[in-house]
Amino acid sequence: KKVQIGVRAPWKGIFGKAAILKVLIVYPWTQRHFGTFGEFPNDDTIIGNAKVIAHGKVVLRSLDKAVKNMDNIMGVYTSLSRYHCEVLRVDPENFRLLADCIIVSIGSKNSSDLTPHVQATWHKFLSAVVEAMGSQYSNRA
Amino acid sequence: MLSKREKELISNIWERLTPVAEDIGAEALLRMFTTFPGTKTYFSHLDISPRSPHMLSHGKKIVLAIAEGAKDISQLTVTLGPLQTLHAYQLRIDPTNFKLFSHCMLVTLACFMGENFTPVVHAAMDKYLSAFAAVLAEKYR
Repeated sequence: KKVQIGVRAPWKGIFGKAAILKVLIVYPWTQRHFGTFGEFPNDDTIIGNAKVIAHGKVVLRSLDKAVKNMDNIMGVYTSLSRYHCEVLRVDPENFRLLADCIIVSIGSKNSSDLTPHVQATWHKFLSAVVEAMGSQYSNRA
Repeated sequence: MLSKREKELISNIWERLTPVAEDIGAEALLRMFTTFPGTKTYFSHLDISPRSPHMLSHGKKIVLAIAEGAKDISQLTVTLGPLQTLHAYQLRIDPTNFKLFSHCMLVTLACFMGENFTPVVHAAMDKYLSAFAAVLAEKYR
């Protein structure tokens, strides 16, 4: 857990926007969950969509909460997990895709900070988040 | 499916990376060993400390193979023939690891290219590396 302290490095909401854009462009099938956000005939419409950008910020705010409650990441995400499972019906694999894109976005915007060790720390933290986001899915069965 | 434009993009990028093949390759390997420690099991015969001679030469080999494939992606099965045989019958690396390495290669490229690692480049690169990994595993069974 001490290794996790490295994650508390200052980080801004820019990663949220970049990561969400990456997921929707790199893995276009994820767009199926954003039908209410508008039409995405090409990448520029995704990049300019205010709702997409807002969602990126929402995701990052929840990650911020997880960083501040690293001993109870499961607790932080219980209701969000249930919401994504029962209401939004999002395949939990998408959370893993977004986690990967978050790491790539950090690398692209902050290359000198994302050493292999820091990358590994982020991966550990985001794996816990991904697991927490998927936690309520198995309860449904 | 890679478009003509994506194939050109990929070919250009890997050609430009050839002079720094050992740096890119060694970094991607180090990121993979650090984030996914299980991958180290395949390298007990090598010195995998950061930037060791083994890491540099092995990293270089991998990057040059990827760059060679990028010259004519439609011929991947032909270009990778010998490497397919090597991986299937001698190395027998579980193909799940190809995904882990590809992810770390994407992170390395993101850190190296910074803002130039746009979502479009990311998508093209991810598609190419997935195709490369799939061809590499073709002779496994």
